[in-house]
Amino acid sequence: MSAITDPPQGSFRLSMLINDTRYRSYTFQALAAIVLALCLGFFYANVSTNLAAAGLNISYDFLGSPAGYDINQRLIEYDSQSSNARAAVVGILNTLLVAFLACVTATVFGVLAGVLRLSNNWLVSKLMAFYVEIFRNIPVLIWILIIFTIMIAVLPGPRAFRGDEPEARMLLDLFAFTNRGVYTPGPYFTRGLGLEGNGGINWLIVLGVLVASFFGTRAVTARANATQEATGIRPNTLWTNLAIWFLPVIVLLFVLGLKWDIPELKGFNFAGGIKVGGPLIALWFALSIYTGAFIAENVRAGIQAVSKGQTEAAGALGLRPGRIMSLVVLPQALRVIIPPLISQYLNITKNSSLAIAVGYADITATLGGITLNQTGRAIECVLLLMLFYLTISLLISTFMNIYNNSVKLKER
Amino acid sequence: MSDTQAHMAAFVRTETLPQLDPPVTERGIVKWMRENLFSSIPNGILTLAAFAVIYSILSSALPWILNGVWTTSSLSECREVLEGATGACFSVLTERWNQLMFGFVYPSDQYWRPTLAFVLLFVAAAPVMFFDLPRKLLIFTALFPFIAYYLIWGGTILVPILALVGVVAGVMVYRQLVAGSFAMGFFGGVVAAVVVWAIGGLLIPDGANDTAALQAVPSRDLGGFMLNMMLGVVCVSLSIPLGIALALGRQSSMPLIKWICVIFIEFIRGVPLITLLFVASVMLAYLFPPGTTTDLFLRVVIMITMFSSAYIAEVIRGGLAALPKGQYEAADSLGLDYAQAMRLIILPQALKISIPGIVNIAVGLFKDTTLVSVISMFDVVGMIRGPLSAATEWNGIYWELYGFAALLFFVVCYGISQYSQWLERRLATDHR
Repeated sequence: MSAITDPPQGSFRLSMLINDTRYRSYTFQALAAIVLALCLGFFYANVSTNLAAAGLNISYDFLGSPAGYDINQRLIEYDSQSSNARAAVVGILNTLLVAFLACVTATVFGVLAGVLRLSNNWLVSKLMAFYVEIFRNIPVLIWILIIFTIMIAVLPGPRAFRGDEPEARMLLDLFAFTNRGVYTPGPYFTRGLGLEGNGGINWLIVLGVLVASFFGTRAVTARANATQEATGIRPNTLWTNLAIWFLPVIVLLFVLGLKWDIPELKGFNFAGGIKVGGPLIALWFALSIYTGAFIAENVRAGIQAVSKGQTEAAGALGLRPGRIMSLVVLPQALRVIIPPLISQYLNITKNSSLAIAVGYADITATLGGITLNQTGRAIECVLLLMLFYLTISLLISTFMNIYNNSVKLKER
Repeated sequence: MSDTQAHMAAFVRTETLPQLDPPVTERGIVKWMRENLFSSIPNGILTLAAFAVIYSILSSALPWILNGVWTTSSLSECREVLEGATGACFSVLTERWNQLMFGFVYPSDQYWRPTLAFVLLFVAAAPVMFFDLPRKLLIFTALFPFIAYYLIWGGTILVPILALVGVVAGVMVYRQLVAGSFAMGFFGGVVAAVVVWAIGGLLIPDGANDTAALQAVPSRDLGGFMLNMMLGVVCVSLSIPLGIALALGRQSSMPLIKWICVIFIEFIRGVPLITLLFVASVMLAYLFPPGTTTDLFLRVVIMITMFSSAYIAEVIRGGLAALPKGQYEAADSLGLDYAQAMRLIILPQALKISIPGIVNIAVGLFKDTTLVSVISMFDVVGMIRGPLSAATEWNGIYWELYGFAALLFFVVCYGISQYSQWLERRLATDHR
């Protein structure tokens, strides 16, 4: 008598494809592969017949032809004779610009609201709860539209700044808030180190100095830590660090000859300075306050996730409140806060595609809007659009995975 | 001892005094304010700042709302009535209420139909949301999609009846075959339903819509808040089963199935909903055989359902991952097969853990239905941006309209999230 665990001997029968767990998974996968292939073939056949019927083909040549439309808000040189590809690049840069700005301000709003919501102050914590609930529960599209329409309706036109007794005044004579956008002073260099007419090089040098300062302060802090380890006394690093941060940059800006270009009213509009268009402001502000409400909840959850015993234990070790926060509570809270925070950044980037509703020229509005409508290349445009967002998402999630692995609790 | 004390003290109180009230700063509202509003100087400043914010909001909003005019027929009449005083012109809401709710082409004598469907939605949703109600009500929930379809789209009653018959046939075949294996039952049921629909489709005579009791309304005539509600309800309810299937597929040990699900989920989560809506409006037509005209509403439903099912799949995957491995092993050791283990042991627990996440996705999805206004469908935001802003009588009205849309969404979304918190407490079976 053989053991009952022996597999049944005998020849292969067709019913084993379904009933035998050794073969069943292969059956299902083969079926899935067939169905998938059939679907793809079906779609491919339809696309090719439909395109042939419409006299079209899949081709990306349109990217090289002139776009034929203007873009007001742009970070690089562009005019209506530039190619569609360049219009798409302008759109990509605009998407990244508004996403970056909104990420920064949303983090500020969110951290502020999240911390204040945990405050002992009853009124402030209720006010913050109100903010969070109001902004989380109303679609971001409505916020964008509200802010955009209100901006246009409430802010004065440029002509209101004219005359001896103007209806509107510039803030500090530096900033002009009009219904076409906000004009702010713009920095420029009188003595460029780089090539003639190329401001970018100068800014790169400034950036390089700032990065060097960052590593300089890191080195100072590391040496202070080493001294503390060796002697038990921590040298005061505040003034050294401040000097490393500010002195080189100030000297450099002085050498380069930094001047501010202040906007002034010329004719029907403001000239000079930097113009931040109304759509950009509406989108930026709406995304910030909307996502800020979500980040506030993440921050609150993160801080609450650190058990009170941690604070008490740190206090029992004799740490001061500031150091308790920076050495014990924050490192643990950040472990909880940062992953959802990064996915909120991803949401901001994706929600910035709503720019199309207010006419901000991001990638969705240029490539997926005007270019698509003018060239009729629906499939190519939508595919490129998806490719761009997919790349951004995958980059951000790769970064998040690396971060998660680095802060993961190391278990033995 | 007591003797010496009695000698030394001239007077000793023999009974205790009644307790004094705590000092005025330590009781009642004063104590509460000291502790909660003015516990330290920075806190006091914060409180005053908060009061300033609240005052500035209320002082501008309250007169505006309280002075509101509700009964004029244009903005200029509103201004005449107000005579320069601050006040809202809410008349746009009363005057254009039907357009905000149903869009501007839904036949006006048929408004009772979507309204009735909306009321019935609560009856249908009640037994799903509240477990204490009699289970018999679930029969109505099962019938509701067909009733709602008939009410909103109208046309011949044969279509929803045929759909219902197909579903019933599918369920009956499934019941017969499921004893053998779940997969057999499932696919058998689907095949049976499709066969019934195909045969029945031939039986419905052409022009049946013309003689129907309820006037047929094409999907492009749907609009207003009704469109948001319909997209929200339909897409959420379709995407939950799809999301479960995707989550299980992603956990599957079969590499092909797993990778199909992973690629689908990551692709959908990586692109904004608006690009998917572009696909629905300009690209999906290329994917269907020439000559088939699927209406925009259906295409949008397909894309939004795909979108939300990917997100729901990730939430459910979290729930599945949170279950201890022992649950899977226990199911195996009881001799349950995969479908039984999932249905009876794993999914009930995983779904319970996932409820808050699923509700979050549902709320987010409902908010995202406003995006259809970008592809020129006239939902409530599309109505405000398009026909209502363009109307000469109401040109220049912003706050009232957008405020109203915001209020609609706030009420629904806040209500759902409160319900989800209640449900979480209700389902908490662990003892704390």
